[in-house]
Amino acid sequence: METDTAAPKRDGAQIDPAALSRLLHAVATERDRAAFAELFRHFSPRLKSYLLRLGGTAAGAEELVQETMVAVWRKADRYDPAKASASTWIFTIARNLRIDAYRRERHPEIEADDPVLSPDPVEAPDASLGREQDAGRLAEALARLSDGEQALLRMSFFDDLSHSVIAGRLGLPLGTVKSRIRLAFGKLRGALAQPTDDL
Amino acid sequence: MPTRHPSDALLLDYAAGSLSEGWGLAVATHLALCPACRSRVLAAEAVGGAMIDAIEPAPVAEDALAATLARIDADPDPAPRSAAPVRREASIFPEPLRSYIENGPGLAWRKLGPSAHTIIIPTGDRATTARLLRIPAGAAMPVHSHRGLELTLVLQGAFHDEGGTYARGDIEEADEEVEHQPIASPGEDCICLAVTDAPLKFRGVARLLQPFLGI
Repeated sequence: METDTAAPKRDGAQIDPAALSRLLHAVATERDRAAFAELFRHFSPRLKSYLLRLGGTAAGAEELVQETMVAVWRKADRYDPAKASASTWIFTIARNLRIDAYRRERHPEIEADDPVLSPDPVEAPDASLGREQDAGRLAEALARLSDGEQALLRMSFFDDLSHSVIAGRLGLPLGTVKSRIRLAFGKLRGALAQPTDDL
Repeated sequence: MPTRHPSDALLLDYAAGSLSEGWGLAVATHLALCPACRSRVLAAEAVGGAMIDAIEPAPVAEDALAATLARIDADPDPAPRSAAPVRREASIFPEPLRSYIENGPGLAWRKLGPSAHTIIIPTGDRATTARLLRIPAGAAMPVHSHRGLELTLVLQGAFHDEGGTYARGDIEEADEEVEHQPIASPGEDCICLAVTDAPLKFRGVARLLQPFLGI
């Protein structure tokens, strides 16, 4: 099978989201260097691959991998496993650093402790869509998307193309690309909304 | 809670990082006011996490871990983020917009047309223009269409146009196919964040005034 796919390889590297989350927790609470080294071994080659896909040089990607992992060490206490898997949280750190390095722009973000922010409802039924325990089901749902849908996601995450630019590249009307993205996310949300006892 | 939300396509762009800063400012400020869209973005970011899990790894330099640990040791626990400012006075501007406004050098309202006011908000994004608009309660903006995209996020008051009514936190995504005339609702002035990537197309008299309006 070609390696260029959005879906996880079902054989090969085993990814245990709960274990990665525990390592991150150990870094946050105990400043555990062995746990950090394990996270580094897991994530640094993946982050380098991600940064190379986005057009970085080998040296630039190495530099950003190190910056990302330094930020992981320093911000580990802000990681919230109820909101995201370790992979997702580290992805967002690398994303923000590469936007700054490659485009000289910021990624504007909310501040969780902003008094003007509208707080989450106490029991948010959807608030868990990114949680670590959903990572496996999300990976399976991604693998079931059509080739076209997976290609859209790769262009978005790995080629730094907005949906309007993607529409131009594919020669499709903007509305068509928007509805394909809506359909793909509908499938992913549907897969994540299934009760857990079917696993 | 807001009832008019960004499209999945826009939230995907934001989560993937392919959205430029001006659009991102409008989306993130909507997120501050919309818990539902925050959870939609978490789900889109989780797709990014799953793609990082699945990517073919590229080996890093042998000394990369040692070099990273050396950087950490050089400055192991930098001072914690300064606590959130204690200012608790009511602001209509959530983060991240509030910092953009407060950090802008001497931003002040200036007149836009006969009754509206505007402030251009500096961002690092040269492809877009981000501005605040203040439209007096009950006043109408000129009829216009769009050469590109216009994102309008309501921060105070409300407006209505051919697409419906928009109140605090609601976002309107208007592209080349949309021609509209926003009218501020009565009661209080309508303050919006508006982001565009091309000048608007006005009809009628407003078209003649466009060079002076600068919008």
